[in-house]
Amino acid sequence: MRAAVVVFPGSNCDRDLAVAFSAAGAEVTMVWHKDSALPDGVDIVGIPGGFSYGDYLRCGAIAAQSPICRAVKAHADRGGYVLGVCNGFQVLTETGILPGALLRNAGLKYICKTVELKVETSDSAFTDGYNQGDVIGIPVAHHDGNYFADQATLAELREQDRVAFRYVDNPNGAADDIAGILSPNRRVLGMMPHPERAADVRHGGTDGAAMFRNLAGVMTAA
Amino acid sequence: MKARVHVMLKNGVLDPQGEAVRHALGAMGFGGVTGVRQGKVIELDLAEGASEADVAEMCEKLLANTVIESYQVEML
Repeated sequence: MRAAVVVFPGSNCDRDLAVAFSAAGAEVTMVWHKDSALPDGVDIVGIPGGFSYGDYLRCGAIAAQSPICRAVKAHADRGGYVLGVCNGFQVLTETGILPGALLRNAGLKYICKTVELKVETSDSAFTDGYNQGDVIGIPVAHHDGNYFADQATLAELREQDRVAFRYVDNPNGAADDIAGILSPNRRVLGMMPHPERAADVRHGGTDGAAMFRNLAGVMTAA
Repeated sequence: MKARVHVMLKNGVLDPQGEAVRHALGAMGFGGVTGVRQGKVIELDLAEGASEADVAEMCEKLLANTVIESYQVEML
């Protein structure tokens, strides 16, 4: 598996994401926001958490217009894999690669704690290492994680089995308890919780490791 | 020449910050405030010849997220 992790000014989970990919056996390259192309042969792009461009204007809005994001969009349009975590999920909605938007948490507070997620589908390279219905513990750390989409979009996500994870106990007011969603081709996952922060025993939890392990398995086979 | 862009959350999109401001006003003794919506104002300095349509395109592409926000352009 060849992975590229995007670094924006203000990204702060880029290294964690790179470590999680490489622990699963990936060859990881970091790419800078001003780069206009991804390295040749990249299977998956990771868009990390953090505060790209200081969250100016809206979370992820400026990042979505950066040169590297045009390359990420082209990669996704070609059927490439993309994992956007936290601010990375916000970037994916701002680029239009995933539908909806992330609003300020309903309780207005920044939330930083491990939450329980229900795996809603195992039909994706990201979630195939879990069983549907599994409950996993993954940390969240966000101020704007309140997923919003109109009713038609929410219905489409449900009908197409594109909700990857739901919160067991919704911490932020997200519509339909949504914590993570897939693209129509199931190769792009955006999620607010941080699987890369639960990928090593020293993190205090390893429930996120199966995602990276499974991605590596799919991409090595391919 | 200038343009002023008003960006607001769409009706039906919960505005927790506006709600917090409403609660604070009530707690300060300002009665009669039944709702608060918080938005933002963006002022643009424009070269001569820029049109309202140009600014609308800027809103569509960057200044507003039309999934959740509506915008109004005021040419000054």
